Amino acid sequence: MFRIGNGAGFSGDRIDAPGPVVDTLIARGGPAAIFFEVLGERTVALAQLEKRRDPARGFEPMLERLLEPILEKCARHGISIIGNFGAANPTGAARAISRLAGRLGLESLRIGVVEGDDIREQVDIAKLEVYEADAALDQGGSEIVSANAYLNAQPIVEALRARAQIVVTGRCGDPSLALAPLIHHYGWAEDDWAHLALGSAVGHLLECGSQVTGGVYYDPGYKDIPDPANIGFPIAEVGADGRMVITKAEGTGGVVNLQVVKEQLIYEVHDPANYITPDVTLDFSGVSLRQDGTDRVEVLGVRGKPAPERLKATVCFEGGWLGEGEISVAGPNCLARAKSIAEVLLERLRRRQLKVQARVDLIGIASVHDDDSGTLWRSYAGPEPADIRVRLAVAGAAQDEVDQAAREVLALLCCGPAGSGGARWRTTQRIRTQSYLVPRASVHPRVSVKPAGEWR
Amino acid sequence: MANPEELVTVPLHAVAHGRAGDKGNRLNVSVIAYIPEAYALLAAQVTPERVLALFAHRRAAKVTRYDLPLLHAFNFVIDDVLEGGVNGSLNLDGHGKTNSFRLLSLPVEVPRQMVRSPAGKTAS
Repeated sequence: MFRIGNGAGFSGDRIDAPGPVVDTLIARGGPAAIFFEVLGERTVALAQLEKRRDPARGFEPMLERLLEPILEKCARHGISIIGNFGAANPTGAARAISRLAGRLGLESLRIGVVEGDDIREQVDIAKLEVYEADAALDQGGSEIVSANAYLNAQPIVEALRARAQIVVTGRCGDPSLALAPLIHHYGWAEDDWAHLALGSAVGHLLECGSQVTGGVYYDPGYKDIPDPANIGFPIAEVGADGRMVITKAEGTGGVVNLQVVKEQLIYEVHDPANYITPDVTLDFSGVSLRQDGTDRVEVLGVRGKPAPERLKATVCFEGGWLGEGEISVAGPNCLARAKSIAEVLLERLRRRQLKVQARVDLIGIASVHDDDSGTLWRSYAGPEPADIRVRLAVAGAAQDEVDQAAREVLALLCCGPAGSGGARWRTTQRIRTQSYLVPRASVHPRVSVKPAGEWR
Repeated sequence: MANPEELVTVPLHAVAHGRAGDKGNRLNVSVIAYIPEAYALLAAQVTPERVLALFAHRRAAKVTRYDLPLLHAFNFVIDDVLEGGVNGSLNLDGHGKTNSFRLLSLPVEVPRQMVRSPAGKTAS
């Protein structure tokens, strides 16, 4: 049996999560790996912007904090580490790991790097076919910040075969991070769709960390979990016979039950019979689940079909600027005062003829479920709440105009209705993404594996 | 005691749970019956048309429902509902993660015995 744990489901995840996962893998014994998934759709672009400012950066900012508690233990017990920590700078991430390894006395730690996901040099983006879910978006010829193909598991497998103890990638399929050590351990062929589907399903279920062990799940009174401040991260057991069980780190909170596994199985899936990864097309339509003891769920019936001919690539463009301002009102007549703030802010933007797209939310009445025109809060007929926060959001191409628009919220501290307070505002650069389909022949992954001392 | 067979109108949240995810300007929301017996009732009542109406104010273009009877679950894929998606939206929740609970607010009519009370148990 091979065990694979997850140590992070996004950049910004709990940094004390990997420790109990590694301790559990060691306690249970046997071959094992841990993977980290830290690259959201925009993360590579944000990392590219950081790399422009400082060429030594542009990789996962929490890298050292995530790895320091586990690196020596994993090396000593032969637990492989795989992570897309590289973002826009996998070599920079390898150098950071090399420095950390040096401090921990692990000079001979073999660090593998997978590159080649960045396709800006060799592919003409304008000639690629747009990925279907994105067809409605118009990028309007904005400057490209990043363009990365989703590599499959094979380059990671190659690094593991070259005896890498930790593998750093940039963009690759999220499930590929978990599939790779399984391919390496069991020797599955590149067209063994049934096994590749099994391993990719493990990756799909684990790649969001605690989301399969209680995170994004608990709903007090309806779906309760123990100790939500210490949710254990997931571990999958995969047998040579294809048996797959999802469980979690020992001595932690959270749950692994049928409900939470169902939620994560369908998460970010469109057609359950055709879930596309760079390694295999997964078919979840015949999946059934079985509770196999406390915090153990067996997943049965995952099927595989051939991988897609082309790879998905996500291109990030400069997307102008976002301005946000917020201010609060509370107590008697706060609903009327909040509505007045909303109307005054929109009138101010009109009077100053600022070229921005604007939206107002009445947080406490309607916000996240509303549309940009405020249909829900404008038609609200319920009781007056005790407290309302008014939020203005503006977007535009010019930083100064967006900033001026957002500052209108600040001006309400003196010019607004009675009892308005707690104003905040900020302006941030935006990234827009568009996904394309790119021929596999245009993408050339590169793998290098060297001892820590040689990466500096 | 109330008749357990009596039909009552409750939010979908009282008989099902779910989760929202996004890819670009497309949202998916799972709806999963707490008890298998509720699945057929939800299949009849939680139609793509009713879900589209719930998101009409955000100009959702289309709703596709995929049925997963082995899991007593449905997957709703809602197109063009995110007003630009995480990168283009002015909404605080650009990912649309909170929208699972918009869908779980949909009224459904079910026998009283299927309703989950806030104590975490199915009422009897």
